[in-house]
Amino acid sequence: MARSTELHTAVRGRRWWSEIGWRHVVGVVMIAICLLPLLYVLSASLNPGGTLTGSNQLFRTISLENYTELGPRGYMNWAVNSLVVSSATAVGTVLMGAAAAYAFSRFRFRGRRSGLTTLLLVQMFPQMLAFVALFLLLLSLSEVFPAIGLNTQLGLICVYLGGALGVNTFLMYGFFNTVPREIDEAAKIDGASHAQIFWTIILRLVAPILAVVGLLSFISSYGEFIIAKVVLQRPERFTLALGLYNWASDERNARWGIFAAGAVLAAIPVVALFLFLQKYIVGGLTAGSVKG
Amino acid sequence: MTDQSTAQEVVPDDPTGTRPPRRRAPRGTTSHARSFSPGFIAKLILIGTVDALGVYGILSAWAVSQWGILAFLVLALVVANWAYFSRRMLPAKYLVPGLLFLVVYQLFAMGYTGYVAFTNYGDGHNSTKADAITQIAAQNERRVEGSPSLPLAVVQSGDELGFAVVTEDGDTQVGTAEQPFEDVDATVESGRITEVPGWEVLGFAQVAADQEAITSLRVPFSDDPSDGSVRTQDGSTGYVFRSALEYDAAADTFTDTDTGTVYTPGEGGNFVSPDGERLTPGWRVGVGFDNFTAMVTDSRMAGPFAQIFVWTFAFAFLSVITTFALGLFLAITFNDPRVRGRKVYRSLLILPYAFPGFLSALVWRGMLNERFGLINEVLLGGASIPWLSDPWLAKAAIIGVNLWLGFPYMFLICTGALQSIPHDMTEAARIDGAGRWRIFRSLTLPLLMVSVAPLLISSFAFNFNNFSLIYMLTGGGPNFVGTPYVVGHTDILISMVYSVAFESGTKQYGVASALSIVIFLIVGVISYLGFRRTRTLEEI
Repeated sequence: MARSTELHTAVRGRRWWSEIGWRHVVGVVMIAICLLPLLYVLSASLNPGGTLTGSNQLFRTISLENYTELGPRGYMNWAVNSLVVSSATAVGTVLMGAAAAYAFSRFRFRGRRSGLTTLLLVQMFPQMLAFVALFLLLLSLSEVFPAIGLNTQLGLICVYLGGALGVNTFLMYGFFNTVPREIDEAAKIDGASHAQIFWTIILRLVAPILAVVGLLSFISSYGEFIIAKVVLQRPERFTLALGLYNWASDERNARWGIFAAGAVLAAIPVVALFLFLQKYIVGGLTAGSVKG
Repeated sequence: MTDQSTAQEVVPDDPTGTRPPRRRAPRGTTSHARSFSPGFIAKLILIGTVDALGVYGILSAWAVSQWGILAFLVLALVVANWAYFSRRMLPAKYLVPGLLFLVVYQLFAMGYTGYVAFTNYGDGHNSTKADAITQIAAQNERRVEGSPSLPLAVVQSGDELGFAVVTEDGDTQVGTAEQPFEDVDATVESGRITEVPGWEVLGFAQVAADQEAITSLRVPFSDDPSDGSVRTQDGSTGYVFRSALEYDAAADTFTDTDTGTVYTPGEGGNFVSPDGERLTPGWRVGVGFDNFTAMVTDSRMAGPFAQIFVWTFAFAFLSVITTFALGLFLAITFNDPRVRGRKVYRSLLILPYAFPGFLSALVWRGMLNERFGLINEVLLGGASIPWLSDPWLAKAAIIGVNLWLGFPYMFLICTGALQSIPHDMTEAARIDGAGRWRIFRSLTLPLLMVSVAPLLISSFAFNFNNFSLIYMLTGGGPNFVGTPYVVGHTDILISMVYSVAFESGTKQYGVASALSIVIFLIVGVISYLGFRRTRTLEEI
């Protein structure tokens, strides 16, 4: 502590600029670059009747007109769709991933090692690469189970859940291994079944990783575009990503202001979640990515 | 079957909790599988629901002849019931739900991509040969010259429309589009059918109301399409229609009854005349490696494909390099403990990462608009730089936007990695007389790379398939001219797959899948390289 105050007092004037001051300059410039698009979209959303041109003078007028226009254009529908799909995916991912991680971490069975290796291999290939085949699969499923076929939220959730095990099991598996086995052995001796150990002991102990996986899965399915675009074709079934893309890409009659308002509202939950849980998400990111 | 055995075993499992003697010592006496605890009942309900859905699926798969789905459902039900009602399959109880989804929506999808890549699946070749024969026959039907008109009534049952006719022999028959004509005991009064058991005979007003559906309805005489069908124009007289193309099942050929031309099944999955005229639709056939070579052998496509291929690598590589360089620079900049307000800087610098990526791309698309965008209008004082419509500028714009999107991630991981490098080491180097650059070059960077290199490789793989950025920012454009598929200068392989499959007029699932396989292979190699650097495998 004493050393650092000493440093602070020691560095002044020109030397301060060459050693520390320029860092602030870099920081301020970078923050300006980071914030510009975000301020721009916020300003456009507050600009009534906004077109692209009209949005260029930042914060010239402020009105909530664009926000009130969202409702009649089906925005709420998309928001609900997005929340339903992402929440269901998050919950399903957490449950299935935790169950699989529990099995791999606590049981010794034939095929365990090869199962883990297979999962490791599978997660190298993102599910989205097979979107053509997924489309054809859902096309056939439409005939048998219309509820999980093309153009259904449930079908989209199922596709997302198909990617659940590959992406998250390893992250959870590592965390499950850090919970001492003595705990479940003690419970077992006291007469707890494997299900009781799982639901009432292990899941409580690994709650942090469950939260991280759930949030990461929520955020990624919230912003997922290509599979959603392939599966959902009718505007009233769209998620926010699809709907907002349609608004922004319609260059002829684009109401830029309305798109901007929709974008701000769509971003708020994700940005809030992210900033709030920064520490966990960053930890999860680096831990998860070591997989390759 | 199995749940009976569990029910019988409940008896010795008395509430006092004494352990009954058992052949296999179980892991606790109060397992859900052997007592009617709430857990067991919940399990019973869940499995019951799954079984009910499965049986429903099996029946409806049977009805629409989806044999693959049927076989899978049977297998999945057996596995699920076995796993949850057997006492021995402990790991399976936890693995089965996730594995089922994984198998269907990931493993199967990958395998199916491989299968489709070797077929001509796509518009004009969507179905099986039998379907193609039926459709060709139905599409080429004409009224049989000189055939009698048949008294006809339009009938309805539920939502299904059908025809009832009096045949030339005086029999009454009824049928629908799906169900060929069958004899029926209908009431005929003065040449008109007035009543059909099980069917409601539609009156004139109802026929007029549903005219479109009725005039397009076609009721076949039998399952053999060459037997012809009955159609009506007015809802009261039917005419016999027969295909102008007659299918000969023995020779497997179509013959045009007017001209006598014989169409034989060709290799491409179509019936082809000796002159090379094709009947559509065709059916799915294997085409070997044609889809894989299609990009190279088609002279209109070879050049653009090569460009897209190179650009995909260049884009992924430049994205990683630029974001890493900026992220590392910022991490070093703010790693000095003497800088005040580092927390504030850090929180603000990761904002682009927190903002949903698809929205950023769309906002940038607006800002880069040539005529009205903020960049040209305000920052560059009214310039009209074609950011998104010039091939090279569009590429630069994509790299630039991706830099904005991606540097915070690199900043975060580099900060983490820098902080884990012990301070003593740099201190020692400084005492030994190393300069700032020398310390960075020979000490910091190598140590950093140990932990960051795998992340760089996975970042490369991610950007290699960064569909949404490309699709949202430029849509792949500016487009190449004269290519059979709608592809552009900024398309990467994955967005090209999308275009070939869905957006190029005729949908070519086969070619698209072949391209996907190429991506699979490349991603596989990249991941393998990354994999070798990590020691994850050893931890298993």
